[in-house]
Amino acid sequence: MGIDRREFLKRTAAIAGVTLLGGSSIARAAEQKDFSKFFTNNTVNERDWKIWEERKDRHPLNGEPYGILVDTTFCIGCRRCEWACNNWNKNPNQPVEKFEASVNEKSSVFDEVRRTHAGSFTVVNRFEGKAHDSVYVKKQCMHCVDPACLNACFVDAFRKTPEGPVIYNPNVCIGCRYCMVSCPFGVPAYEYYSAFHPQITKCTMCYDRVVKGEMPACVEICPAGALTFGNRRELIKTAHQRIDDNPGRYTNHIYGEQEAGGTSWLYLSPVDFNQIGLRTNIGTTPVPDLTKGYLLGVKIFEMVSAWPLVFGAYYAVSKLREHRNEKHTGGPSDSEKKS
Amino acid sequence: MDNTNSWFRNKIMLGMTPKEYIKSNLTLPNLIAALILCVSVPIMVYRILYGLGPSTNLSDNYPWGLWIGFDILVGIALAAPGLTLGTAVHLFGMEKYHPLVRPAILSSLLGYIFAVIALMFDLGRYYRIPYLLVWSWGFTSILFLIGWHFFLYINISIVEFSPVVFEWLNLKKWKDFFSKLTVWVTIFGVIIAAGHQSALGALYLAARAKLYPLWYSTLLPIFFLLSAIFAGIAMVIVESSLSHRFFANQVKGFDHAEFDQLTIGLGKAASSALLVYFLLKVFDLVRLENWIYLNTAYGYLYLVEVIGFVLAPAMMFLYAARNQNAKLVRFAGVLTVLGVILNRLDVSIVAFNWYLPSSEKYYPRWTEIMLTLGVITLLVLSYRFIVNRMAVLHEYEEPETESVTATDKKQAVNF
Repeated sequence: MGIDRREFLKRTAAIAGVTLLGGSSIARAAEQKDFSKFFTNNTVNERDWKIWEERKDRHPLNGEPYGILVDTTFCIGCRRCEWACNNWNKNPNQPVEKFEASVNEKSSVFDEVRRTHAGSFTVVNRFEGKAHDSVYVKKQCMHCVDPACLNACFVDAFRKTPEGPVIYNPNVCIGCRYCMVSCPFGVPAYEYYSAFHPQITKCTMCYDRVVKGEMPACVEICPAGALTFGNRRELIKTAHQRIDDNPGRYTNHIYGEQEAGGTSWLYLSPVDFNQIGLRTNIGTTPVPDLTKGYLLGVKIFEMVSAWPLVFGAYYAVSKLREHRNEKHTGGPSDSEKKS
Repeated sequence: MDNTNSWFRNKIMLGMTPKEYIKSNLTLPNLIAALILCVSVPIMVYRILYGLGPSTNLSDNYPWGLWIGFDILVGIALAAPGLTLGTAVHLFGMEKYHPLVRPAILSSLLGYIFAVIALMFDLGRYYRIPYLLVWSWGFTSILFLIGWHFFLYINISIVEFSPVVFEWLNLKKWKDFFSKLTVWVTIFGVIIAAGHQSALGALYLAARAKLYPLWYSTLLPIFFLLSAIFAGIAMVIVESSLSHRFFANQVKGFDHAEFDQLTIGLGKAASSALLVYFLLKVFDLVRLENWIYLNTAYGYLYLVEVIGFVLAPAMMFLYAARNQNAKLVRFAGVLTVLGVILNRLDVSIVAFNWYLPSSEKYYPRWTEIMLTLGVITLLVLSYRFIVNRMAVLHEYEEPETESVTATDKKQAVNF
């Protein structure tokens, strides 16, 4: 009976909900052909966290953190990286031909600038480059050297692995979403449509592959040579080399070398970076440094200011007591007090 | 009638029989409250059963909406009366404001409790909130500081308010014990409140790339703390005049002239906090050379906020103090409160992600507004429930005999 009633209530609420509340947003997303924001229950976070737990005490990395160089001048917009990412991370997917077709379609996903969602860790966008050429830009978590999300998390759910990937532990996350607020690249997405077990999702830089010595799924599939996986320091050198060797081909900047204190993903572009959807007003200060000073200040305030306040209070209390005693016993008169 | 029943009747039903009590509650305000709750409570259930996606307009670009921007940022700033008045009376010994302390502490206590209740609907996994306290500590997070400070401050407010509850329960020993703690708890409260009021602003220090430059500053924590101080004073002005009107029966021997004097005194204090805030805002504008942004839509909004809702009420407070005009003080108090609401919503919603096209901007869904309204309604009802039963607005009188107090209250209260 109890179950029946609960089931009944649930169904009634569901019907009322879908017609009254849920309907419009689902319809809106359906128009935009983007169902990935409704996706829930991805298991990749949990898997990666287990790997990290096993490896953390062994300090297994010989060498330096990895990075990935995106040379947007090579990207052909085939979106195979999106397919491979969805495939590896068990996100909602379509046949790879459908992804490849969008470059030539008259109206396609490229018509609007997309972002990552719960069920899509990477997206490719199209921008206009030099002389009406198209520039295709892959977007995903940048895997900061000093990550904002890690610093923002109040239950310490993020880790910067020595290999480079920034990973997340869904088993302690309370779902406050402050990591999403503080990420300067606007990357982390949330499983808004999970009522009881929502989690943050984002690119994991294929941590589970990288630790086995494999390259991330997107890099492996890229047919155009737009993605290069390797040691981050080496990649920066490579990128500088490419800029020097090909005058006019690139704008003279490596996006991610300094941005927000440096990121594992590095970008080369033929045009200014804010023309291809990479924000250039982020600055070179790591986001954690923006709040460190304040936190230190508060701690000092709370420890130092506490003492004068305590003594002030002690003074106030003793005065109050004096005042009360005076009232009760009649007390010394004003003239007596003055003398 | 047995003993427990008569206790219940005296303490909860204000000495009325169940029939009388129900009848006395059939009023227009209660009807409105019931109507709001009839909509809000199902929305709360819906949020729990179906998650944030269907019940809000939140998106991956706007992880925080009305429930954080209003319920937490505005709610906590407006729950500062306990901080401001508690400090003034218990620490600085400004005894003349003593009659306003208890309502101030009550509104802080309820403000924090209901802000946290509202927060539970916003958190994806509300049931894990104890993790923050005992399990997994993110020491580098501003939010960690806030979480702990909320927890501590609610406990502080409970201790500060507990003498009133023990009076109500006729537990004199307990009351005396907790009364002795008041000063110490107030100090602890000042430190903790200053910590988290500023931390709410510091949350946005991390969002430098996302906040419109006019609102972003390294001084954000100081702006939030200062505005919480004048919000706290303004709330005392607004709340006290409202409760003296609606709970007139509670304040026997109420002296209008004296009350107006207190109001004007509060206005003076608010004006100095407002002026300091205004000067800092101007200093910040010049320091960051942000005036180039003033001639934009965001710039106009900024000017409305800083001139219309900070400078203007500050001037009104000053003018009113000169002319002993308590009415103007109350009006300026309302303006100040509205200004703080505007400021918090600007920072958390309007100026946040300003570069996104308008189609991707956030506006609250009606369900979010109704849930917030429901929480506010519950807060007001709780406030009224307590004020009608405990010695909050008036001085506590030792009960002589039970029957006397019971009939007294029965006559006095038209609940």
